[in-house]
Amino acid sequence: MFIVELGRGLWTTLRMMFEKPVTVQYPEVKRPMHARFKGRHNLHRYENGLEKCIGCALCAAACPSDAIFVEAAENTDEVRYSLGERYASTYEINMLRCIFCGYCEDACPTEAIILGDNYELSFTDRRQAIYTKEMLIMPVPAGGRPTPQKVEPGKFDRSIPAMENPKD
Amino acid sequence: MTAAVLIEYIIKSGIILLGMTVGFAYVTYYERKALARIQSRIGPNRAGPWGILQPIADAVKLIFKEEFVPAKSDKLLFLLAPVITVIPALIITAVVPWGRSVTLFGHQIHLYLANVNVGILYLGAVASISVYGIVLAGWSSNNKYAMMGGLRSTAQMISYELALGLSFVSVTLLAGSMSLVDIVEAQGAHGFLGWIIWNLSQPLGFIIFLIAGMAETNRSPFDMPEAEQELTAGYHTEYSGMKFALFFMAEYIKIIAISMIASTLFLGGYLGPFVDKIPWLGPIYLFIKTLIMIFVFIWVRATFPRFRYDRLMAFGWKVLLPLAFLNMFIAGIITVLVGG
Repeated sequence: MFIVELGRGLWTTLRMMFEKPVTVQYPEVKRPMHARFKGRHNLHRYENGLEKCIGCALCAAACPSDAIFVEAAENTDEVRYSLGERYASTYEINMLRCIFCGYCEDACPTEAIILGDNYELSFTDRRQAIYTKEMLIMPVPAGGRPTPQKVEPGKFDRSIPAMENPKD
Repeated sequence: MTAAVLIEYIIKSGIILLGMTVGFAYVTYYERKALARIQSRIGPNRAGPWGILQPIADAVKLIFKEEFVPAKSDKLLFLLAPVITVIPALIITAVVPWGRSVTLFGHQIHLYLANVNVGILYLGAVASISVYGIVLAGWSSNNKYAMMGGLRSTAQMISYELALGLSFVSVTLLAGSMSLVDIVEAQGAHGFLGWIIWNLSQPLGFIIFLIAGMAETNRSPFDMPEAEQELTAGYHTEYSGMKFALFFMAEYIKIIAISMIASTLFLGGYLGPFVDKIPWLGPIYLFIKTLIMIFVFIWVRATFPRFRYDRLMAFGWKVLLPLAFLNMFIAGIITVLVGG
Protein backbone atom coordinates (compact mmCIF):
# COMPACT_ATOMS: atom_id res chain seq x y z
CA MET A 1 0.00 0.00 0.00
CA PHE A 2 2.94 2.22 0.74
CA ILE A 3 4.03 1.83 -2.89
CA VAL A 4 0.56 2.91 -4.11
CA GLU A 5 0.72 6.04 -1.98
CA LEU A 6 4.17 6.86 -3.36
CA GLY A 7 2.80 6.44 -6.88
CA ARG A 8 -0.13 8.73 -6.11
CA GLY A 9 2.26 11.38 -4.87
CA LEU A 10 4.38 11.12 -7.99
CA TRP A 11 1.28 11.30 -10.18
CA THR A 12 0.12 14.48 -8.40
CA THR A 13 3.38 16.28 -9.01
CA LEU A 14 3.56 15.10 -12.62
CA ARG A 15 0.01 16.32 -13.25
CA MET A 16 0.87 19.74 -11.84
CA MET A 17 3.54 20.13 -14.53
CA PHE A 18 0.84 20.55 -17.14
CA GLU A 19 -1.10 23.22 -15.32
CA LYS A 20 -0.78 26.86 -16.21
CA PRO A 21 1.84 28.66 -14.10
CA VAL A 22 0.40 31.19 -11.68
CA THR A 23 3.43 33.46 -11.92
CA VAL A 24 2.77 37.14 -12.66
CA GLN A 25 5.68 38.67 -14.61
CA TYR A 26 5.87 41.47 -12.09
CA PRO A 27 7.60 44.53 -13.54
CA GLU A 28 5.82 44.07 -16.87
CA VAL A 29 2.49 42.81 -15.55
CA LYS A 30 0.95 44.18 -12.36
CA ARG A 31 -1.96 42.75 -10.50
CA PRO A 32 -4.85 45.15 -9.87
CA MET A 33 -4.98 46.55 -6.35
CA HIS A 34 -7.88 46.17 -3.97
CA ALA A 35 -10.02 49.29 -3.43
CA ARG A 36 -8.92 49.62 0.20
CA PHE A 37 -5.26 48.75 -0.31
CA LYS A 38 -3.02 50.87 1.90
CA GLY A 39 -0.04 51.99 -0.08
CA ARG A 40 1.82 55.27 -0.30
CA HIS A 41 -0.06 58.33 1.01
CA ASN A 42 -1.53 60.95 -1.30
CA LEU A 43 -2.32 64.53 -0.26
CA HIS A 44 -5.54 65.41 -2.07
CA ARG A 45 -6.82 68.69 -3.51
CA TYR A 46 -10.26 70.20 -4.04
CA GLU A 47 -11.57 70.56 -7.58
CA ASN A 48 -10.47 74.20 -7.73
CA GLY A 49 -6.90 73.16 -6.97
CA LEU A 50 -6.71 74.22 -3.32
CA GLU A 51 -5.12 71.72 -0.96
CA LYS A 52 -7.35 69.81 1.44
CA CYS A 53 -4.64 69.73 4.10
CA ILE A 54 -5.01 72.49 6.69
CA GLY A 55 -1.81 71.75 8.56
CA CYS A 56 -3.54 70.66 11.80
CA ALA A 57 -0.99 67.85 12.39
CA LEU A 58 -3.65 65.48 13.73
CA CYS A 59 -2.17 62.86 11.43
CA ALA A 60 1.22 63.35 13.08
CA ALA A 61 -0.46 63.02 16.49
CA ALA A 62 -2.27 59.84 15.45
CA CYS A 63 0.75 58.25 13.84
CA PRO A 64 1.86 55.30 16.03
CA SER A 65 5.34 55.19 14.55
CA ASP A 66 5.91 58.93 14.54
CA ALA A 67 6.58 58.96 10.82
CA ILE A 68 4.81 62.20 9.92
CA PHE A 69 6.18 65.69 10.42
CA VAL A 70 3.91 68.70 9.72
CA GLU A 71 4.71 72.39 9.99
CA ALA A 72 1.87 74.81 9.40
CA ALA A 73 1.86 78.39 8.12
CA GLU A 74 -0.85 81.08 7.77
CA ASN A 75 -2.89 81.46 4.59
CA THR A 76 -3.62 84.95 3.27
CA ASP A 77 -5.93 85.94 0.43
CA GLU A 78 -2.87 86.90 -1.61
CA VAL A 79 -1.07 83.60 -1.01
CA ARG A 80 -3.67 80.92 -0.41
CA TYR A 81 -2.89 77.17 -0.34
CA SER A 82 -5.85 75.66 1.47
CA LEU A 83 -9.42 76.43 2.46
CA GLY A 84 -8.77 77.02 6.14
CA GLU A 85 -6.82 79.48 8.20
CA ARG A 86 -3.56 77.57 7.87
CA TYR A 87 -1.85 75.18 5.49
CA ALA A 88 1.00 72.68 5.69
CA SER A 89 4.16 74.52 4.69
CA THR A 90 6.18 71.35 5.40
CA TYR A 91 4.72 67.90 5.16
CA GLU A 92 7.12 64.95 5.42
CA ILE A 93 6.55 61.23 5.84
CA ASN A 94 9.45 58.97 6.67
CA MET A 95 8.65 55.82 4.71
CA LEU A 96 11.17 53.80 6.72
CA ARG A 97 9.08 54.44 9.82
CA CYS A 98 5.62 54.26 8.28
CA ILE A 99 3.80 51.00 8.96
CA PHE A 100 0.90 51.77 6.59
CA CYS A 101 -1.71 51.42 9.33
CA GLY A 102 -3.90 54.19 7.93
CA TYR A 103 -4.46 55.98 11.28
CA CYS A 104 -3.44 59.25 9.63
CA GLU A 105 -6.25 58.77 7.16
CA ASP A 106 -8.72 58.20 10.02
CA ALA A 107 -7.47 61.20 11.96
CA CYS A 108 -7.60 63.68 9.09
CA PRO A 109 -10.57 66.09 9.55
CA THR A 110 -10.60 67.16 5.90
CA GLU A 111 -9.89 63.79 4.20
CA ALA A 112 -6.72 65.30 2.85
CA ILE A 113 -4.42 62.35 3.42
CA ILE A 114 -5.49 59.05 1.87
CA LEU A 115 -3.39 55.96 1.45
CA GLY A 116 -3.14 55.21 -2.25
CA ASP A 117 -2.23 52.11 -4.20
CA ASN A 118 1.46 52.75 -4.84
CA TYR A 119 3.49 49.99 -3.18
CA GLU A 120 6.71 50.41 -5.18
CA LEU A 121 8.62 52.34 -2.55
CA SER A 122 12.31 51.68 -2.72
CA PHE A 123 15.31 53.83 -1.92
CA THR A 124 19.03 53.46 -1.89
CA ASP A 125 19.64 56.07 0.81
CA ARG A 126 18.02 56.87 4.12
CA ARG A 127 17.44 60.48 3.07
CA GLN A 128 15.46 59.27 0.05
CA ALA A 129 13.02 57.58 2.42
CA ILE A 130 11.64 60.96 3.52
CA TYR A 131 8.81 61.84 1.18
CA THR A 132 8.16 65.57 1.04
CA LYS A 133 4.94 67.44 0.33
CA GLU A 134 5.90 67.89 -3.32
CA MET A 135 6.19 64.11 -3.73
CA LEU A 136 2.98 63.30 -1.87
CA ILE A 137 0.57 65.93 -3.22
CA MET A 138 -1.77 65.05 -6.07
CA PRO A 139 -1.54 66.98 -9.36
CA VAL A 140 -3.90 69.90 -9.88
CA PRO A 141 -7.21 68.57 -11.28
CA ALA A 142 -8.48 69.80 -14.64
CA GLY A 143 -10.20 73.16 -14.24
CA GLY A 144 -8.31 73.99 -11.06
CA ARG A 145 -5.43 76.39 -10.51
CA PRO A 146 -2.12 75.51 -8.89
CA THR A 147 -1.36 76.68 -5.35
CA PRO A 148 -0.59 79.27 -4.09
CA GLN A 149 -3.67 80.97 -5.47
CA LYS A 150 -4.59 84.64 -5.30
CA VAL A 151 -8.26 84.79 -4.25
CA GLU A 152 -10.75 87.60 -3.77
CA PRO A 153 -10.87 88.79 -0.15
CA GLY A 154 -13.63 87.54 2.13
CA LYS A 155 -14.47 84.40 0.15
CA PHE A 156 -12.64 82.02 2.53
CA ASP A 157 -13.43 83.09 6.09
CA ARG A 158 -13.61 79.82 7.97
CA SER A 159 -10.72 78.72 10.16
CA ILE A 160 -11.38 75.13 9.07
CA PRO A 161 -13.37 74.09 6.00
CA ALA A 162 -16.97 72.86 6.22
CA MET A 163 -17.11 69.21 7.24
CA GLU A 164 -18.97 66.41 5.59
CA ASN A 165 -19.70 62.94 6.86
CA PRO A 166 -17.12 60.53 5.46
CA LYS A 167 -18.04 58.90 2.18
CA ASP A 168 -16.62 55.71 0.88
CA MET B 1 50.74 3.68 -28.14
CA THR B 2 51.07 6.09 -31.00
CA ALA B 3 50.66 9.85 -30.80
CA ALA B 4 47.31 9.65 -32.59
CA VAL B 5 45.90 7.32 -29.96
CA LEU B 6 47.23 9.56 -27.21
CA ILE B 7 45.58 12.61 -28.78
CA GLU B 8 42.37 10.64 -29.18
CA TYR B 9 42.33 9.78 -25.49
CA ILE B 10 43.16 13.34 -24.45
CA ILE B 11 40.29 14.65 -26.58
CA LYS B 12 37.90 12.07 -25.15
CA SER B 13 38.91 12.95 -21.59
CA GLY B 14 38.49 16.62 -22.40
CA ILE B 15 35.01 15.95 -23.73
CA ILE B 16 34.07 14.12 -20.53
CA LEU B 17 35.46 16.80 -18.21
CA LEU B 18 34.03 19.69 -20.21
CA GLY B 19 30.74 17.92 -20.82
CA MET B 20 30.38 17.17 -17.14
CA THR B 21 31.08 20.75 -16.01
CA VAL B 22 28.80 22.31 -18.63
CA GLY B 23 26.31 19.55 -17.92
CA PHE B 24 26.43 20.47 -14.22
CA ALA B 25 25.57 24.08 -15.00
CA TYR B 26 22.65 23.11 -17.17
CA VAL B 27 21.36 20.41 -14.84
CA THR B 28 20.88 23.15 -12.25
CA TYR B 29 18.91 25.09 -14.87
CA TYR B 30 16.96 21.97 -15.86
CA GLU B 31 16.18 21.27 -12.23
CA ARG B 32 15.05 24.81 -11.50
CA LYS B 33 12.81 24.85 -14.56
CA ALA B 34 11.31 21.43 -13.87
CA LEU B 35 10.78 22.15 -10.17
CA ALA B 36 9.16 25.45 -11.09
CA ARG B 37 6.76 23.77 -13.49
CA ILE B 38 5.84 21.18 -10.87
CA GLN B 39 5.10 24.03 -8.44
CA SER B 40 3.04 26.00 -11.03
CA ARG B 41 5.80 28.55 -11.48
CA ILE B 42 7.85 29.57 -14.51
CA GLY B 43 11.38 29.34 -13.19
CA PRO B 44 14.39 31.38 -14.30
CA ASN B 45 13.47 33.38 -17.39
CA ARG B 46 15.32 36.70 -17.08
CA ALA B 47 18.94 35.98 -18.04
CA GLY B 48 18.89 35.47 -21.78
CA PRO B 49 16.05 33.90 -23.77
CA TRP B 50 14.09 31.51 -21.47
CA GLY B 51 16.75 32.18 -18.86
CA ILE B 52 19.33 29.94 -20.52
CA LEU B 53 22.17 32.19 -19.36
CA GLN B 54 21.13 31.78 -15.71
CA PRO B 55 23.80 29.13 -14.90
CA ILE B 56 26.49 31.44 -16.27
CA ALA B 57 25.20 34.31 -14.16
CA ASP B 58 25.24 32.01 -11.12
CA ALA B 59 28.79 30.92 -11.89
CA VAL B 60 29.99 34.52 -12.21
CA LYS B 61 28.31 35.36 -8.92
CA LEU B 62 29.94 32.43 -7.12
CA ILE B 63 33.39 33.25 -8.49
CA PHE B 64 33.21 36.77 -7.10
CA LYS B 65 31.95 35.71 -3.68
CA GLU B 66 34.23 35.99 -0.69
CA GLU B 67 36.24 32.85 0.10
CA PHE B 68 35.88 32.43 3.82
CA VAL B 69 37.96 30.01 5.89
CA PRO B 70 36.90 29.63 9.53
CA ALA B 71 39.60 30.59 12.02
CA LYS B 72 39.86 27.31 13.96
CA SER B 73 39.38 25.01 10.99
CA ASP B 74 41.90 22.52 9.69
CA LYS B 75 43.02 24.68 6.77
CA LEU B 76 44.60 22.00 4.58
CA LEU B 77 41.70 19.55 4.84
CA PHE B 78 39.22 22.40 4.51
CA LEU B 79 40.73 23.28 1.14
CA LEU B 80 41.20 19.65 0.12
CA ALA B 81 37.69 18.42 0.93
CA PRO B 82 35.85 20.03 -2.04
CA VAL B 83 38.51 18.69 -4.40
CA ILE B 84 38.21 15.17 -2.99
CA THR B 85 34.47 15.40 -3.47
CA VAL B 86 34.46 16.73 -7.01
CA ILE B 87 37.19 14.65 -8.67
CA PRO B 88 35.54 11.22 -8.28
CA ALA B 89 32.34 12.75 -9.64
CA LEU B 90 34.24 14.00 -12.68
CA ILE B 91 36.01 10.73 -13.44
CA ILE B 92 33.24 8.27 -12.64
CA THR B 93 31.74 8.29 -16.13
CA ALA B 94 35.05 7.36 -17.79
CA VAL B 95 33.91 3.74 -18.14
CA VAL B 96 30.42 4.53 -19.43
CA PRO B 97 30.25 3.89 -23.20
CA TRP B 98 28.51 6.49 -25.37
CA GLY B 99 28.30 4.43 -28.52
CA ARG B 100 29.95 1.77 -30.66
CA SER B 101 32.75 2.98 -32.91
CA VAL B 102 32.95 5.54 -35.69
CA THR B 103 35.51 6.20 -38.40
CA LEU B 104 36.92 9.70 -38.22
CA PHE B 105 39.92 10.99 -40.27
CA GLY B 106 40.76 7.41 -41.27
CA HIS B 107 40.88 6.20 -37.67
CA GLN B 108 38.45 3.85 -36.09
CA ILE B 109 37.44 5.55 -32.87
CA HIS B 110 35.58 3.82 -30.07
CA LEU B 111 32.97 6.05 -28.50
CA TYR B 112 34.10 5.36 -24.96
CA LEU B 113 37.09 6.46 -22.96
CA ALA B 114 37.93 3.14 -21.33
CA ASN B 115 36.57 -0.35 -21.72
CA VAL B 116 37.73 -1.64 -18.35
CA ASN B 117 36.97 -5.30 -17.75
CA VAL B 118 36.09 -4.44 -14.12
CA GLY B 119 34.03 -1.38 -15.04
CA ILE B 120 31.33 -2.08 -12.46
CA LEU B 121 33.94 -2.39 -9.74
CA TYR B 122 35.43 0.92 -10.85
CA LEU B 123 32.01 2.58 -10.56
CA GLY B 124 31.48 1.23 -7.06
CA ALA B 125 34.96 2.21 -5.94
CA VAL B 126 34.98 5.75 -7.36
CA ALA B 127 31.45 6.49 -6.19
CA SER B 128 32.49 5.70 -2.61
CA ILE B 129 35.53 7.99 -2.59
CA SER B 130 33.56 11.22 -2.66
CA VAL B 131 32.04 10.48 0.74
CA TYR B 132 35.51 11.06 2.18
CA GLY B 133 35.37 14.62 0.90
CA ILE B 134 32.04 15.14 2.62
CA VAL B 135 33.22 13.67 5.91
CA LEU B 136 36.46 15.68 5.80
CA ALA B 137 34.52 18.85 4.98
CA GLY B 138 32.29 18.24 7.96
CA TRP B 139 35.20 17.52 10.26
CA SER B 140 37.61 20.24 9.14
CA SER B 141 35.01 23.03 9.33
CA ASN B 142 35.07 22.95 13.15
CA ASN B 143 31.31 23.44 13.16
CA LYS B 144 28.84 21.20 14.94
CA TYR B 145 26.33 21.23 12.11
CA ALA B 146 28.96 20.43 9.51
CA MET B 147 30.24 17.64 11.73
CA MET B 148 26.76 16.14 12.07
CA GLY B 149 26.28 16.38 8.32
CA GLY B 150 29.54 14.56 7.70
CA LEU B 151 28.67 11.85 10.22
CA ARG B 152 25.27 11.35 8.68
CA SER B 153 26.73 10.99 5.23
CA THR B 154 29.00 8.18 6.44
CA ALA B 155 26.14 6.35 8.09
CA GLN B 156 24.01 6.82 4.99
CA MET B 157 26.72 5.57 2.67
CA ILE B 158 27.26 2.40 4.71
CA SER B 159 23.54 1.68 4.62
CA TYR B 160 23.11 2.20 0.92
CA GLU B 161 26.34 1.18 -0.72
CA LEU B 162 25.65 -2.51 -0.06
CA ALA B 163 22.29 -2.41 -1.82
CA LEU B 164 23.87 -0.42 -4.64
CA GLY B 165 26.66 -2.98 -4.99
CA LEU B 166 24.19 -5.87 -4.98
CA SER B 167 22.12 -4.27 -7.74
CA PHE B 168 25.38 -4.07 -9.72
CA VAL B 169 25.98 -7.75 -8.99
CA SER B 170 22.67 -8.86 -10.45
CA VAL B 171 23.38 -6.95 -13.65
CA THR B 172 26.81 -8.52 -13.80
CA LEU B 173 25.26 -11.97 -13.38
CA LEU B 174 22.85 -11.42 -16.26
CA ALA B 175 25.47 -9.99 -18.60
CA GLY B 176 28.23 -12.36 -17.56
CA SER B 177 30.72 -9.51 -17.59
CA MET B 178 31.74 -6.52 -15.52
CA SER B 179 32.59 -4.36 -18.53
CA LEU B 180 29.93 -1.75 -19.21
CA VAL B 181 30.35 -2.17 -22.97
CA ASP B 182 29.62 -5.89 -22.63
CA ILE B 183 26.63 -5.16 -20.40
CA VAL B 184 25.11 -2.81 -22.99
CA GLU B 185 25.77 -5.26 -25.78
CA ALA B 186 24.24 -8.08 -23.72
CA GLN B 187 21.03 -6.04 -23.47
CA GLY B 188 20.88 -5.73 -27.24
CA ALA B 189 22.10 -9.25 -28.02
CA HIS B 190 18.66 -10.70 -28.71
CA GLY B 191 17.08 -7.68 -30.35
CA PHE B 192 14.29 -5.57 -28.93
CA LEU B 193 12.59 -8.59 -27.34
CA GLY B 194 15.77 -9.50 -25.52
CA TRP B 195 15.98 -5.98 -24.18
CA ILE B 196 12.41 -6.17 -22.88
CA ILE B 197 13.13 -9.49 -21.17
CA TRP B 198 16.25 -7.95 -19.64
CA ASN B 199 14.21 -5.16 -18.17
CA LEU B 200 11.35 -7.39 -17.04
CA SER B 201 13.85 -9.47 -15.14
CA GLN B 202 15.30 -6.41 -13.45
CA PRO B 203 12.54 -4.01 -12.33
CA LEU B 204 13.48 -4.58 -8.71
CA GLY B 205 17.15 -4.07 -9.46
CA PHE B 206 16.38 -0.84 -11.28
CA ILE B 207 14.33 0.54 -8.40
CA ILE B 208 16.96 -0.49 -5.86
CA PHE B 209 19.62 1.16 -7.99
CA LEU B 210 17.56 4.34 -8.27
CA ILE B 211 16.91 4.58 -4.54
CA ALA B 212 20.51 3.78 -3.66
CA GLY B 213 21.68 6.21 -6.33
CA MET B 214 19.59 8.97 -4.81
CA ALA B 215 21.11 8.21 -1.43
CA GLU B 216 24.54 8.12 -3.03
CA THR B 217 24.12 11.58 -4.55
CA ASN B 218 22.63 12.97 -1.30
CA ARG B 219 19.49 13.94 -3.14
CA SER B 220 16.15 14.57 -1.55
CA PRO B 221 14.47 12.49 -0.04
CA PHE B 222 17.85 11.24 1.22
CA ASP B 223 19.58 14.60 1.64
CA MET B 224 20.40 13.86 5.27
CA PRO B 225 23.94 15.33 5.23
CA GLU B 226 22.61 18.73 4.20
CA ALA B 227 19.20 18.73 5.89
CA GLU B 228 18.53 22.47 5.95
CA GLN B 229 15.93 22.44 8.69
CA GLU B 230 18.10 20.58 11.17
CA LEU B 231 21.71 21.26 10.15
CA THR B 232 21.57 24.69 8.43
CA ALA B 233 23.45 23.41 5.37
CA GLY B 234 25.11 20.31 6.79
CA TYR B 235 28.65 19.54 5.75
CA HIS B 236 29.05 22.68 3.57
CA THR B 237 27.78 25.15 6.19
CA GLU B 238 31.16 26.90 6.41
CA TYR B 239 31.91 26.88 2.70
CA SER B 240 31.41 29.84 0.38
CA GLY B 241 32.30 31.01 -3.09
CA MET B 242 33.90 28.53 -5.47
CA LYS B 243 34.60 26.00 -2.72
CA PHE B 244 30.88 25.78 -2.12
CA ALA B 245 30.34 25.64 -5.88
CA LEU B 246 32.60 22.58 -6.04
CA PHE B 247 30.37 20.70 -3.58
CA PHE B 248 27.37 21.77 -5.57
CA MET B 249 29.12 20.67 -8.74
CA ALA B 250 29.96 17.26 -7.25
CA GLU B 251 26.33 16.70 -6.30
CA TYR B 252 24.98 17.59 -9.72
CA ILE B 253 27.67 15.79 -11.68
CA LYS B 254 26.92 12.72 -9.61
CA ILE B 255 23.28 13.05 -10.63
CA ILE B 256 24.37 13.05 -14.27
CA ALA B 257 26.71 10.13 -13.63
CA ILE B 258 24.11 8.04 -11.78
CA SER B 259 21.58 8.81 -14.54
CA MET B 260 24.08 7.74 -17.20
CA ILE B 261 24.92 4.57 -15.29
CA ALA B 262 21.24 3.78 -14.76
CA SER B 263 20.59 4.23 -18.48
CA THR B 264 23.58 2.04 -19.29
CA LEU B 265 22.84 -0.80 -16.88
CA PHE B 266 19.07 -0.96 -17.14
CA LEU B 267 17.79 1.07 -20.10
CA GLY B 268 20.08 -0.18 -22.83
CA GLY B 269 22.61 2.66 -22.79
CA TYR B 270 23.41 3.82 -26.29
CA LEU B 271 21.20 1.17 -27.92
CA GLY B 272 18.16 2.26 -29.89
CA PRO B 273 16.59 1.94 -33.31
CA PHE B 274 19.04 2.20 -36.26
CA VAL B 275 22.08 2.45 -34.00
CA ASP B 276 23.68 -0.39 -36.02
CA LYS B 277 23.63 1.66 -39.22
CA ILE B 278 24.40 5.13 -37.86
CA PRO B 279 26.76 4.85 -34.89
CA TRP B 280 26.44 8.57 -34.15
CA LEU B 281 22.90 7.89 -32.91
CA GLY B 282 24.39 6.11 -29.89
CA PRO B 283 25.42 9.21 -27.92
CA ILE B 284 22.08 10.83 -28.79
CA TYR B 285 20.11 7.89 -27.39
CA LEU B 286 22.27 7.87 -24.28
CA PHE B 287 21.73 11.63 -23.90
CA ILE B 288 17.94 11.29 -24.18
CA LYS B 289 17.86 8.41 -21.70
CA THR B 290 20.07 10.37 -19.30
CA LEU B 291 17.78 13.40 -19.54
CA ILE B 292 14.79 11.22 -18.68
CA MET B 293 16.64 9.73 -15.73
CA ILE B 294 17.65 13.19 -14.48
CA PHE B 295 14.01 14.19 -14.72
CA VAL B 296 13.11 11.24 -12.48
CA PHE B 297 15.61 12.55 -9.92
CA ILE B 298 14.07 16.02 -10.02
CA TRP B 299 10.55 14.61 -9.97
CA VAL B 300 11.26 12.53 -6.88
CA ARG B 301 12.84 15.55 -5.21
CA ALA B 302 9.73 17.60 -5.91
CA THR B 303 7.43 14.92 -4.52
CA PHE B 304 8.79 13.31 -1.37
CA PRO B 305 9.77 14.89 1.94
CA ARG B 306 13.04 13.98 3.62
CA PHE B 307 13.29 10.67 5.46
CA ARG B 308 13.85 10.73 9.16
CA TYR B 309 17.44 9.83 9.99
CA ASP B 310 16.77 6.55 11.83
CA ARG B 311 14.12 5.46 9.34
CA LEU B 312 16.54 6.02 6.52
CA MET B 313 19.01 3.64 8.14
CA ALA B 314 16.26 1.14 8.92
CA PHE B 315 15.03 1.34 5.34
CA GLY B 316 18.51 0.75 3.99
CA TRP B 317 19.30 -2.24 6.17
CA LYS B 318 15.91 -3.87 6.71
CA VAL B 319 14.17 -3.28 3.38
CA LEU B 320 16.60 -2.41 0.64
CA LEU B 321 19.32 -4.92 1.49
CA PRO B 322 17.01 -8.00 1.69
CA LEU B 323 15.31 -6.86 -1.52
CA ALA B 324 18.70 -6.55 -3.19
CA PHE B 325 19.54 -10.10 -2.09
CA LEU B 326 16.20 -11.29 -3.44
CA ASN B 327 16.90 -9.54 -6.71
CA MET B 328 20.31 -11.15 -6.94
CA PHE B 329 18.66 -14.51 -6.31
CA ILE B 330 16.17 -13.87 -9.15
CA ALA B 331 18.97 -12.83 -11.45
CA GLY B 332 20.86 -16.01 -10.55
CA ILE B 333 17.83 -18.19 -11.32
CA ILE B 334 17.32 -16.45 -14.66
CA THR B 335 20.98 -16.90 -15.50
CA VAL B 336 20.77 -20.62 -14.72
CA LEU B 337 17.53 -21.07 -16.68
CA VAL B 338 18.55 -19.05 -19.74
CA GLY B 339 22.08 -20.24 -19.57
CA GLY B 340 23.81 -16.89 -19.19
